[in-house]
Amino acid sequence: MQRVKEKAIELLRSGEVSRVLGWKTGEFFYDLTPAVFESVEEVEKGFVFSLFSGANLSKYLIAESKKEGKIAVFLKPCDSFSFVQLQKEHRIKRENIYAVGIQCDGMCDGESLRSAGCEGMTGVEDGESLTVHTLYGDQVIEKKEALLGKCQTCKSKRIVDFDELIGQQGEDVPSDRFAEVAKLEAMTPEERFAFWRTELSRCIRCNACRNVCPACSCEKCVFDNPVSGVQNKAVADSFEENMFHIIRAFHVTARCTDCGECSRVCPQNIPLHLLNRKFIKDINELYGDYQAGADFDSRPPLMDFRMDDPEPSVIYTRGGAAK
Amino acid sequence: MKKIAISELNSLFAAIAADRKLYIPTDDSTGQSQFTIWEEGSILSRNVNTVRSAKDSFFPQVENLMGFKVTGKQIELIETRDPAESFAVFGVRACDVRSFDILDRVFLTEPVDTYYAQRRENVCIISLACGKPSETCFCTAFGIDPAEPKGDVTCWMTGEALYWQPNTEKGEALTAQLSVLVDADVADIEQEKAAIRATAEKLPFGKLDLSAFGQGKTKELFNRPEWKALSQSCLGCGTCTFICPTCQCYDIQEFNNGKTVKRFRCWDSCMYSDFTKMSAGQPRPTQTERFRQRFMHKLVYYPDNNEGIFACVGCGRCLRKCPIHMNIVKVIKTMGEGTK
Amino acid sequence: MQVNKEWTPTIVAFCCNWCSYAGADLSGTNRLQYPANVKIIRIPCSCRLNPMFILRAFQRGADGVILCGCHPGDCHYTTGNYYARRRMTLLFSMLEYLGIERERTRVEWVSAAEGAKFAATMNDFVKTVTALGENKRLEDLRCKE
Repeated sequence: MQRVKEKAIELLRSGEVSRVLGWKTGEFFYDLTPAVFESVEEVEKGFVFSLFSGANLSKYLIAESKKEGKIAVFLKPCDSFSFVQLQKEHRIKRENIYAVGIQCDGMCDGESLRSAGCEGMTGVEDGESLTVHTLYGDQVIEKKEALLGKCQTCKSKRIVDFDELIGQQGEDVPSDRFAEVAKLEAMTPEERFAFWRTELSRCIRCNACRNVCPACSCEKCVFDNPVSGVQNKAVADSFEENMFHIIRAFHVTARCTDCGECSRVCPQNIPLHLLNRKFIKDINELYGDYQAGADFDSRPPLMDFRMDDPEPSVIYTRGGAAK
Repeated sequence: MKKIAISELNSLFAAIAADRKLYIPTDDSTGQSQFTIWEEGSILSRNVNTVRSAKDSFFPQVENLMGFKVTGKQIELIETRDPAESFAVFGVRACDVRSFDILDRVFLTEPVDTYYAQRRENVCIISLACGKPSETCFCTAFGIDPAEPKGDVTCWMTGEALYWQPNTEKGEALTAQLSVLVDADVADIEQEKAAIRATAEKLPFGKLDLSAFGQGKTKELFNRPEWKALSQSCLGCGTCTFICPTCQCYDIQEFNNGKTVKRFRCWDSCMYSDFTKMSAGQPRPTQTERFRQRFMHKLVYYPDNNEGIFACVGCGRCLRKCPIHMNIVKVIKTMGEGTK
Repeated sequence: MQVNKEWTPTIVAFCCNWCSYAGADLSGTNRLQYPANVKIIRIPCSCRLNPMFILRAFQRGADGVILCGCHPGDCHYTTGNYYARRRMTLLFSMLEYLGIERERTRVEWVSAAEGAKFAATMNDFVKTVTALGENKRLEDLRCKE
């Protein structure tokens, strides 16, 4: 992990890049902030890559790659999918970016440690399992339990696009990421409706899911536009929650790489990734396997069609659980 | 001082809820806690704090202020104010109790916000001392004692019992109705208080240096270069504002269904691009200015107008929930270092 | 006097300008009957249908939403309805996933010559939605006042 920081210093010192996009130390061990470093001193003082570097940095490149000079960025495998997808959508200037791929074994954050039962955390020792120092004594927890939701169902260790690699190139890994979706599909419509009402009714419309999403890159979101007629700032009816989340999920359909940032940042722990994954699962089943951001030349399923695509009535016959 | 066995808590809640709505923190399906209306079977959360703050009780996220019905040239006004019912909120931590004073100074000064005032009058606040403060807690930096929260009634929880101390007339009146409580000795909780204070001593930000902020610091802080770096990765979401117990900005929105118009008040966030947008445009065009607004409001503008009182209570919610982990402590520390 | 009227659903039919809207016209000129509670909204092509339109229709009181367009292969713009087909399949599947009755949404291909099919489709759809009853799961209570 130290090699990542050394690489950042090396790139700045050699003049290869003028800025580095990475993670900055916080007040605790777990509260790292995405940051741009402009000098070796800044990197030495604040750069860190650790078990808590979960934030996907690729969205910052939309703005950063349009500035003067070259910027280096560190991308974990899942981040690299977003990076490629953004290139496919012509949202970033690749020529201004020096991408360093880094391998990753899964990330944690303060909230994931808290849900694993830690409170009053003051430090951590990373090893086979995690030893968390707290105000109330030490706690040992299995790393697996403390991983971020998105890391528990990691789909790939492959870094799709990079200029340089630190560590090994990985491969797609078998993942049961659609298991939860399938479980929901197997429920009755009443149960599904009740499930989503419970989850979505917690939504406070902070828009964190949208703002962190690398696929949500509209200059002005329709839900931020007072003259759109659908701004829905006063979330006075359950309809507004449904509307926002359906439309958001639909808008990123076939562009969502399933990076899991939406669920990571949700302050209310709403499993938003289950909406996106439903679309991914449907696309895989109806139109053939597709992974957004996995390559540069495949056609996105919603910008494509086949003459013999199934009719929409397919959903009446196949029921909730597909095939 | 009264008490009740922890195993009997349910009968205490039932007695309070007998003639009023009672809100208590309960765990949701993901293990985080929220204030919910008590009903038979509700279980009190053991989390240190709720995701959303207790301000929701007086200042809900969305509130229907009034309605209009238009027929020809006639406009009929439809009253939508909730009936003035008394209610109680149990388990409010010391930080949230202080936040009510901060909100009061906004909503109860002339012109008084009557919607807020009505709920404020009808509430009985039952606070609860913090057994196990989190590392993100820093209420002590604002002179709040987590071992001795204010409110109409103050409660302490030990392993076996809940101790109950009424502080106000409202609290006394409620206590008189609760026959389930038995007398207790004030000395019983001294040990608990001492333990809480001992933990509070160890809190990493418990003695945060606030000297760079407060009254009259606007000129000094407004144009500081640090704002840019601090706000650089801010996503512009409203998480911090919506979970904050003292954020009180709102917007007015109308919903027209063709026959009637409903006027809503809803929370707004200074982090949003359309915050205080006027016909001439957005007064704070970039995220840096919006970000600065939030922290200047809490640490400089509010104290300027309110005898130096900070509009932060150190509940630590923003430290936990910010998607990029930028928060008021980092702002205070960065700016503080810059002034030294 | 209070008249106890039987409840009839509100249906919004989005019809493409080139085929289905003409099909609806034809069913009218042929004096074919279909229920008056079908409200037709003309769109330039079936692929103009933004998912937001469907949700907004439900919000504003629709109990069922149907999209009619040219038969696959017959799109005035060559391929518009192929895109619409994928989009609607995914959207309807999502609504179903959220527990909203799948029979409330439908896509039918109706050509300009198929006046009879248009009327039959609408009759059938109204029957299906009437059996389902009011839209309760994607309603906005504020619109019902």
